[in-house]
Amino acid sequence: MFGYTFFWSLVWDKLPELLEGAKLTLEITILSMIVGTTIALPLALMRRQATGPGYRFATAWVELARNTPALFQIYMGYFGLGAFGLQLSSFLATFIALSFNNAGYLAETFRGGLNAVPPQQFSAARSLGMSSLRAYMHVVFPQVFRIVFFPYVNQLNWALLNSSLGSIVGLRELTGATQAAQSESFRTFEFFIVTAAIYYLMAKVVEISARLTFWRLFRS
Amino acid sequence: MKFQLPYSGLQWSDLPFLLTGIFHTILLTVVAAAIGTVIGIILGWLRESSVVARYILAIYVDMTRSVPLIIQFILVNSVFSLAGLALDPFVVGVIVLSLYMGVLTSELVRSGLQSVRPELKKASRSLGMNYWQELFHVSGPLALRTSFPSWVGTVIALAKDTSLVGVVGYVDILRATQILINRTNEALLMLGVTGLFYFLICYPISLYSRRLERTLQ
Repeated sequence: MFGYTFFWSLVWDKLPELLEGAKLTLEITILSMIVGTTIALPLALMRRQATGPGYRFATAWVELARNTPALFQIYMGYFGLGAFGLQLSSFLATFIALSFNNAGYLAETFRGGLNAVPPQQFSAARSLGMSSLRAYMHVVFPQVFRIVFFPYVNQLNWALLNSSLGSIVGLRELTGATQAAQSESFRTFEFFIVTAAIYYLMAKVVEISARLTFWRLFRS
Repeated sequence: MKFQLPYSGLQWSDLPFLLTGIFHTILLTVVAAAIGTVIGIILGWLRESSVVARYILAIYVDMTRSVPLIIQFILVNSVFSLAGLALDPFVVGVIVLSLYMGVLTSELVRSGLQSVRPELKKASRSLGMNYWQELFHVSGPLALRTSFPSWVGTVIALAKDTSLVGVVGYVDILRATQILINRTNEALLMLGVTGLFYFLICYPISLYSRRLERTLQ
């Protein structure tokens, strides 16, 4: 049945290419999380209004991001925007789609966090003479930050795994680089086992550093 | 002579192709959800009731959750080809997705069983129920009640994840769309239809799950 000889040396020769891909994976993950977070905050605030055009816009964004596959969103960026004359590179398409996706999920996470802070705290801060912005900055957001910390890390991990979808539109991140590297020898199994291990390590590093950060920040 | 790519617009005969894709997506979702739920219930119960199983399964659960699904598809596919078995892409999809669904469901089952108060278990046991009677008539139904809304959410996630099975050659709706886009260049129209399909399936179910969660609380 298993009359197969493994050729690991082929993988070691290509390891620099894989690591180059891993770097791109990390870059696209971090960039899309930064952009996603920046968009998610106003979306979450708009969702709390419960009426008006802002609420409808934010709701449409959140529901579209959460109820269609991430791969569909990448296709939309890569093929769909072409209809408007926008020819995006596979990097930009993946980056935009992942940011769109992250923003939708994070907006719901943030909204949950905001709802968990009692509204009296905001009123109390306002009646102490703080401006609305300062009340959010110094009273509400620090508490929200603690509540959403682990859901946020989950999303970060998810974005890391989802960035592998970029390979389907030709992006040379870790999965794409592996696919290219194995196409010379077709030692698919050896190559992808190593790639799986690299993904696992990256996910573990994120998880462990998140735990340490949480402990450092909130160990009271 | 100018070189021209073979080009033809959308035709009515493409409709059966798309419908087959839709059927494949639904079939894969239903089969993987059914098998995955059974696996998940067994795994969840094992993880809750046996310490040894908890530690052994922790490694498996951890790995399934930290490796992208695309890579799991490719690996399972290549393992079977190493063994000289050419598996149907549908079978590869079912294996990977039901194991994935099983892991996610086992987390829900475990937290559902943990949420049952120990006093209730003790009370049932002292009424003369044996372990299995207590599990099936007291803990089980209570756990089902707490974990059902999240299970519905997991099925939606699964339905979206079936779109990745295209990497091993299964022609689901998204893959069918991509093939048609390559031929016709009608990207926006085709993707619009596909997006609408996913949205119409996932959105009502997610609304239902959220409402269920609110009423059960």
